[in-house]
Amino acid sequence: MPIRTVMKANEAAAWAAKLAKPKVIAAFPITPSTLVPEKISEFVANGELDAEFIKVESEHSAISACVGASAAGVRTFTATASQGLALMHEVLFIAAGMRLPIVIAVGNRSLSAPINIWNDWQDSISERDTGWLQFYAENNQEALDLILIAFKVAEDERVLLPAMVGFDAFILTHTVEPVEIPDQEVVDEFLGEYEPKHAYLDPARPITQGTLAFPAHYMEARYTVWEANENAKKVIDEAFTEFEKKFGRKYQKVEEYRTDDADIIFVTMGSLAGTVKEYVDHLREKGLKVGAAKLTVYRPFPTEEVRELAKKAKVLALLEKNVTFSVGGALFQDFSRALVNLDERPKIVDFILGLGGRDVTFKNLDEALAIAQKALNGEEFDEVNWVGLRKEIL
Amino acid sequence: MAESPFKADIERVQKEYSEKMTPGAVATIPGSSVINKTGSWRVFMPEFNRDKCTRCFLCYIYCPEPAIYLDEESYPVFDYDYCKGCGICANECPVDAIVMVREVK
Ligand code: SF4
Ligand code: SF4
Repeated sequence: MPIRTVMKANEAAAWAAKLAKPKVIAAFPITPSTLVPEKISEFVANGELDAEFIKVESEHSAISACVGASAAGVRTFTATASQGLALMHEVLFIAAGMRLPIVIAVGNRSLSAPINIWNDWQDSISERDTGWLQFYAENNQEALDLILIAFKVAEDERVLLPAMVGFDAFILTHTVEPVEIPDQEVVDEFLGEYEPKHAYLDPARPITQGTLAFPAHYMEARYTVWEANENAKKVIDEAFTEFEKKFGRKYQKVEEYRTDDADIIFVTMGSLAGTVKEYVDHLREKGLKVGAAKLTVYRPFPTEEVRELAKKAKVLALLEKNVTFSVGGALFQDFSRALVNLDERPKIVDFILGLGGRDVTFKNLDEALAIAQKALNGEEFDEVNWVGLRKEIL
Repeated sequence: MAESPFKADIERVQKEYSEKMTPGAVATIPGSSVINKTGSWRVFMPEFNRDKCTRCFLCYIYCPEPAIYLDEESYPVFDYDYCKGCGICANECPVDAIVMVREVK
């Protein structure tokens, strides 16, 4: 029987790792994800997880050790956040280019300067071009589930790409919620053993990894990463279906909430989706035709699903905790690109909010709604809006 | 100069590498060192004096590339496609049958 208990997202991530039975975990502690490697090292020390736990002196080393282990052909896991993920940046490209199915749990946190340990998505959003798959969890259960799904997708022969699973700093990492820990046997059935076919260490079958590619081959090698990202779309759907069959919890790349007949749809990711759903309920009570959508998968970008979503609304209001300078948020760029060539498309309004752990309240969402309504009524509106900005101190 | 003993390998590797991109650009068969000619790195080249040579094979053993092979009479032959000009052979030769000279390209 699955165990129902309460735990923080950090513990949920550690449990997911334990259930996935990685052979190597290399990690460096960083707020807010420190508890993930702490808990895993406990599992290893207690003999509950038969794995090598490598203590390293930096995140660059942590991911490098993971690359080495994964290249040797074993399931590999690490956890990090913020500056730690940024320090891994160089090696993230290498892991994707070498097609190593490493999984990282990311406690989504802001980037310096100024130093700030609280939640936004700037850390993992900034890594969107590395080739890694990206999942975002709304709650602690999703943190656990999506890590298992991430392993499943990453290791699929049609994909073979590393994956990161983000969950919001403190809002999730340090808050206990009810979580169901699935049975080990069912997880074993779902994931199976990782059997490396392209990356392994075997003296009887020598191969060279991390090779040099001259101009005649580099482009093709990069294209295969592109192609693997495209393939991942289908593989993720399959994994979601199988996950639902085995564990009973349903996932979708883009999850919709009360979107039928909606004029305005709020789109967001991570824990903010919970707040937004409540806000939508609150508006519906007032008779406003408003819905919500949540991106569970950000890379590969769910272009098809976003186009379907766009058919349902007159205005898409994007709520994002990250900044792409000169553009707005990263989602604004992605949504614009997904919809730009459609004959009919909704207006897109972008909202930057909740940076560095700033609470996102109903009052903030009212501010966003007012601007979205302007767009709906054909009035002039700003494409990019910083919500809850304390203009009085500027 | 005697024909390179790697000729068959070179052809095999060239053929297989021109075929398919592997996931992660993994080189699945050994031998890419054979098609990547490292001789272009060279600044100094070994100049061989056959009259002085005692056929002790030290140069053959020490060459890290290995760019030295032996002809029918067991004299060293230098494969300048792969000799990177490190000078180890000249350093090891006990009778100074090899000297490094600046290569003018
Ligand atoms: S110079 Fe170096 S690489 Fe060239 S033949 Fe001598 S030992 Fe070999
Ligand atoms: S080390 Fe000198 S003497 Fe010995 S085989 Fe080579 S060239 Fe001849």
